[in-house]
Amino acid sequence: MSELVRKSAAELGTLIAQGELSSREVTQAHLDQIAQTDSAIHAFLHVDVQGALAQADHADKSRGESNSPLHGVPLALKDVLAQKGVPTTCGSKILEGWRPPYDSTVVAKLKDSGIVILGKTNMDEFAMGSSTENSAYGPTRNPWDTNRIPGGSGGGSAAALAAMQAPLAIGTDTGGSIRQPAAVTGTVGVKPTYGGVSRYGLVAFSSSLDQAGPCARNVLDTALLHQVIAGYDPKDATSINAPVPDVVAAAKRADVRGMKIGVVKELSGDGYEKGVADRFAESLAILESQGAEIIEVSCPNFKFALGAYYLIAPSEASSNLARFDAMRYGLRVGDDGARSAEEVMSLTREAGFGPEVKRRIILGTYALSAGYYEAFYGSAQKVRTLITRDFAAAYEKVDVLVSPTTPTVAFKIGEKSDDPVAMYLSDVATIPVNLAGVASMSLPAGLSEGLPVGFQIIAPAMRDDRLYQVGGALERELHAKWNGPLTNQIPDLQVR
Amino acid sequence: MALSYDDVVARYEPSLGLEVHVELNTETKMFCGCATVFGAPPNTQTCPVCLGMPGALPMVNEKAIESTIRIGLALNCAITPKSRFARKNYFYPDMPKNFQISQYDEPICTNGYLDVEVETDEGAKTFRIEIERVHMEEDTGKSLHVGGATGRIHGAEYSLLDYNRAGIPLVEIVTKVVSSTGKYAPEVAKAYVKELRDILRSLGVSDVKMEQGSLRCDANVSLAPIGSGKLGTRSETKNVNSLRSVERAVRGEMIRHAGLLDKGERVVQETRHFQEDTGATRSGRSKEQAEDYRYFPEPDLTPVAPDATWIEKLRSELPEKPSVRRARLQALWQVPDKEMAAMVNAGAVDLVEETVALGADPTKARGWWLGEISRLANEAEVELSSVSISPKEVARIVELIGAGELTDKLARQVVAAVIAGEGDPDSVIAAKGIKVVSDESSLIAAIEKAIADQPETAEKVRNGHLPAAGALIGAVMKETKGQADAARVRELLLGQLGQA
Ligand SMILES: [Zn+2]
Repeated sequence: MSELVRKSAAELGTLIAQGELSSREVTQAHLDQIAQTDSAIHAFLHVDVQGALAQADHADKSRGESNSPLHGVPLALKDVLAQKGVPTTCGSKILEGWRPPYDSTVVAKLKDSGIVILGKTNMDEFAMGSSTENSAYGPTRNPWDTNRIPGGSGGGSAAALAAMQAPLAIGTDTGGSIRQPAAVTGTVGVKPTYGGVSRYGLVAFSSSLDQAGPCARNVLDTALLHQVIAGYDPKDATSINAPVPDVVAAAKRADVRGMKIGVVKELSGDGYEKGVADRFAESLAILESQGAEIIEVSCPNFKFALGAYYLIAPSEASSNLARFDAMRYGLRVGDDGARSAEEVMSLTREAGFGPEVKRRIILGTYALSAGYYEAFYGSAQKVRTLITRDFAAAYEKVDVLVSPTTPTVAFKIGEKSDDPVAMYLSDVATIPVNLAGVASMSLPAGLSEGLPVGFQIIAPAMRDDRLYQVGGALERELHAKWNGPLTNQIPDLQVR
Repeated sequence: MALSYDDVVARYEPSLGLEVHVELNTETKMFCGCATVFGAPPNTQTCPVCLGMPGALPMVNEKAIESTIRIGLALNCAITPKSRFARKNYFYPDMPKNFQISQYDEPICTNGYLDVEVETDEGAKTFRIEIERVHMEEDTGKSLHVGGATGRIHGAEYSLLDYNRAGIPLVEIVTKVVSSTGKYAPEVAKAYVKELRDILRSLGVSDVKMEQGSLRCDANVSLAPIGSGKLGTRSETKNVNSLRSVERAVRGEMIRHAGLLDKGERVVQETRHFQEDTGATRSGRSKEQAEDYRYFPEPDLTPVAPDATWIEKLRSELPEKPSVRRARLQALWQVPDKEMAAMVNAGAVDLVEETVALGADPTKARGWWLGEISRLANEAEVELSSVSISPKEVARIVELIGAGELTDKLARQVVAAVIAGEGDPDSVIAAKGIKVVSDESSLIAAIEKAIADQPETAEKVRNGHLPAAGALIGAVMKETKGQADAARVRELLLGQLGQA
């Protein structure tokens, strides 16, 4: 392994800008790392070797014209975002072979900043899952222990960071798909405020919850990437037309003196592993020692969040996924000239969707049907309003809320495959955030029996800067203790 | 044996419900920037958004919102302060997303009305049609079923899909139940669609061409025994592509329903398709098991919340109502009721108005449009507005007649040539060498010859029997190959015969 791949994105960006390193060298080093490690990890569904090197060469040529701190730095892109001409499958067989004719806004912004896209990362099919086991192309493995899951749905992006295959990654978070993988791989991931990053070109799972966000191995890199992808997009009616908070400055300031930090009472206790609870308590002690005031806060309606989520997300998904019908793109099954269009649609969907996707389409179709709408979708929307009020009330008292990101460390591959409800519980602490549209970060808090534990920070909508302010402060102390990012402690990572 | 219509309305009371779909004439589609030109090659006006590509998102066309609000205001509707789009979910190959973005329980305009006038046995009578809602939605693509005998999906060898129409803004205007029209239901339905069409045209929001599908009407009809106070089971007739068809479809369905009810049979709640050739309807999809569209608020779009001052501005800028305008023009031009009605029916009001605005006398302008040009339009089986002669050209012809440079007869030749595409009036006249014979010496010679050829007729005129002059004038016109000004010939002839 080239030592290059352990460097932070900020450092690589500086070295490239100063001409100490070329983007081509940096990109090649990461492509080599992928080649050496990905047979064990399977973080990538598609490695765009030629495209990445071409982008790197272009970045080297245009170096002088750019003032982007990430110019020439490589990145791993979750396979749910459209990139023109590059296969985009969402981890599903139904989109096998589809090459989007357009760039998502996130990809366009990455390209404009001179960031090199290495390839597309593995994910649970259509982002439905918490382990990446639901990918139609096989699971991704956790670099900390390849018998364990890397989280999901964005397990590929998180594992790529942990395995030093990329210093930056993009994820998407509908109920925790950025933060839960970040937690179980010892990396950093942010779900920005809903509407903070354009959804144009993000293949929708649940439109009112989906949000793309930045992932990296440290807080500053995450902030630098956040700054690149955030901002109003006239192609997305739900994007917020307001200035992006200065997340980079906040990450650099990293000062919690005088801040009020609320511990969510409902996101602790039963169900949270001891190692998780211990690392959380230690992190709180650090923040307190840095001058923050720790206050316990109650959010009584959070207990309804999981139920509401599993009505809203499948309902929207049942409609969003209707377009995969073999008529215009992707898989087509049974088109033998004798069958009707309806039969081809039905055979294609039967063959193309995996069991979890089918489960959620059926759930959502039922929840929206006449006579059930009010009881299911309608009630879930009411819960959503209550949870939003819980957050609003909490932010009257505190600047940010905190909790463990997940109740447990990474579980073993196959451990929860037959128990969807147990799997759904992995996201119990992350889901309320999506329902309320607020901003949230997960960053490493340490290890429990050799596996990473995540610390979650939740900030009010459009105050994403506070995540970085608090996360940066906590990270500074932890990195000092660990002598670098937590991911440097991964055992047995292929080093040559 | 089919029932007579009189027999049906003697025993049954009809109820109507009319749903009109209007394609707006915005330059771009409802949710993307694609062009909306009619008749473009298949799939050339498409993009990731209107093809429903994964990840693509809709953005609302502001112009379409404005048009819809203007329609609502013209129909006396309330404008909803905060309305929402909803998804209507169903699978069909020409629906790119397999849901249609529409409006459900929160439409943009509600509770309006439109007054229409229908000629009854007791004279003209006004019927108030109440409007339930005006909402926005996107159009679907088009399927073309190839092979098979019927052109329908069943039996076709394969189907082609054209998504140019997918995403074109549609406005749906839905009436409340229209009852107490009695036997005038077919006429009321037609008058409503016609008045609505005129309003939409005056607003300039749509091409309102029924034959091209930019205005489509679905007619719901039900019958109940007179005095029962009940609503019967309705059928919904689609594919009604002309004003005449609206009337025929309603009348036809009333007779069909009565036939079933008379036999003690049940009217099936279903969609039926109007057959232009026979005037009958054919059974389509049964709606007995109501389709569940699983409507829910469109999460990709924010609510439409038009500014109140903007709405008032739009209201203040509404054009004159067609009915008000008709009354004003009728008074201005001093046209009798019957002729005004003829002008309206022929779709000549705009054309005459424009011609008059270019300087033509109203009576003469009306004469040309309703006379010769209408005759040629009928011959060609096209609408008057589609005939290729402009008000400007008609005004010029009227001007040339007034100046004595054309006779009525010559002018008819010029009109025919202009319509045939031979150029504007002046170039037709130049090219054909058409001119009024104004050399009076040759006219006088022709008159003298006519008098010499018909001495007895000439004598009658000399004795004061003026109608006899017609034969002599005819002979002169024949001699001059129709190029003489008939009025001048008459003048000269009567002068010659001592009757001037
Ligand atoms: Zn388009």
